[in-house]
Amino acid sequence: MADTATVKEVKKSSLTFGKKEKALITDPLNDTNPITVQVLGICSALAVTTGVKNSLVMAVAVVFVCLFANTITSLLRKRIPKQVRMIVQLVIIATLVTVVELTLKAINFESYRQLSVFIGLIITNCIVMGRLEAFAMGNDPYRSALDGLGNGIGYGLILIAVAIPRELLGKGSLMDFKIIGNTSEFLVNTTEVSWLGWYANNNLMVLVPSAMIVIGILIWIHRAWNPKLVDVS
Amino acid sequence: MHSTKYIYTFVFIMTALVALLLASMYTGLKPIHDKNEALYNKRAILSAVSDQLGKDIKSMSDADVQAVFDSQITQIAVDSRGNEVSSAQMAEECEGAVKPEEIDMSKEKKKDDSEKILPVYVFENGDEKYYIISVIGNGLWDEIWGNVALKSDMSTIAGIDFDHAAETPGLGAEIKDNKGWKKQYIGKSFYDATGNYTSVVAMKGGVKDPSYQIDGLTGATITANGVNDMMASGYKLYESFLKKQKKS
Repeated sequence: MADTATVKEVKKSSLTFGKKEKALITDPLNDTNPITVQVLGICSALAVTTGVKNSLVMAVAVVFVCLFANTITSLLRKRIPKQVRMIVQLVIIATLVTVVELTLKAINFESYRQLSVFIGLIITNCIVMGRLEAFAMGNDPYRSALDGLGNGIGYGLILIAVAIPRELLGKGSLMDFKIIGNTSEFLVNTTEVSWLGWYANNNLMVLVPSAMIVIGILIWIHRAWNPKLVDVS
Repeated sequence: MHSTKYIYTFVFIMTALVALLLASMYTGLKPIHDKNEALYNKRAILSAVSDQLGKDIKSMSDADVQAVFDSQITQIAVDSRGNEVSSAQMAEECEGAVKPEEIDMSKEKKKDDSEKILPVYVFENGDEKYYIISVIGNGLWDEIWGNVALKSDMSTIAGIDFDHAAETPGLGAEIKDNKGWKKQYIGKSFYDATGNYTSVVAMKGGVKDPSYQIDGLTGATITANGVNDMMASGYKLYESFLKKQKKS
């Protein structure tokens, strides 16, 4: 499955934006999506998707790391000694992740407190390193940047798609805006609407197992909608 | 194939560059980080008296928080024998803490009770005075901590705020998120009618004595027990100080 993501090096390195370049961005959103097709980066997708706000911050962080890790690796690809390339890639990723962490701590301390461990864990996110090995080491910086951008967004979209049902059904809110619940703080107060009295926010949705179920359902929907993804065998 | 010398040079230069970049970024952003951390802490302290402030802490801007903190809060550092601690002694024993708000509670937690130095925040709102004490303990997975505001009788809770490092969302994390549950603490006393120390206890299976008991948290027995232990031992550390204040 993973080798579908490997793209042969494009010989000419002009800065045109043609079909191939467009595919670099749009493929990871659909046909080679890191989470639903390649099943990479599941760990953080399970952990941070309890709220849309956290997922959004995480998505931005991963897009940033993917984009710049790909670009920097690609710029250095002819100078990186093959024997230590993994370590070099890891240093690049770790540096960028630390930059993200320090910046987030300065601009949004609340999110930093909620996400701290998982921001650090972007280092181990298979998507980032996977793209460096599979793409950036063999392609020019421009196309590598597009590829990083596409994969980061592909990951972020799924995070948000998982977070929306989890936050809505689990806490009754979206982006911390309270929508449905059994107290007067919520927009729809279930205790006041007679036919909604049975509804209660489902705590299971906030816990990690529900993320597994939601991702499973997303993969199912994705494959039903995109027949290219169904294994021929 | 690159030579071994080239590999060493490459790795060395790369490491040096990265170290320089990160170190300068860390140093450059440190003042902002410290400020954010201090404000976060101040918000947590003020959350304990949010009912008295008359507005939602979350909707207050950083400047508002700072202003309330500066104008209405007096901070004191005390030891467990009830004596005030001088700022010189505090700086020496709490790694250079200049103000009591800078005391690192998780480090104090590890010290012997007799060596602990603890912050007290006196919140003045018109004629009323509230004493806010900081407590710390263990939840199910990691540390939990909180600030408890006491009325001027030094034993009745006026407001409370908890936080945690890693409790389960929806279960243990309710100690922070469930406002309705925290509200139960208001008006409870650390002593029963005859003056015995009872602490304030979250009870599993229903409240028997409403003067010091509140409903437990469903599905979070161990976290709730942690909160109970934290409240009992945390208040005890401040007891002699609070008694002295009550007399004077």
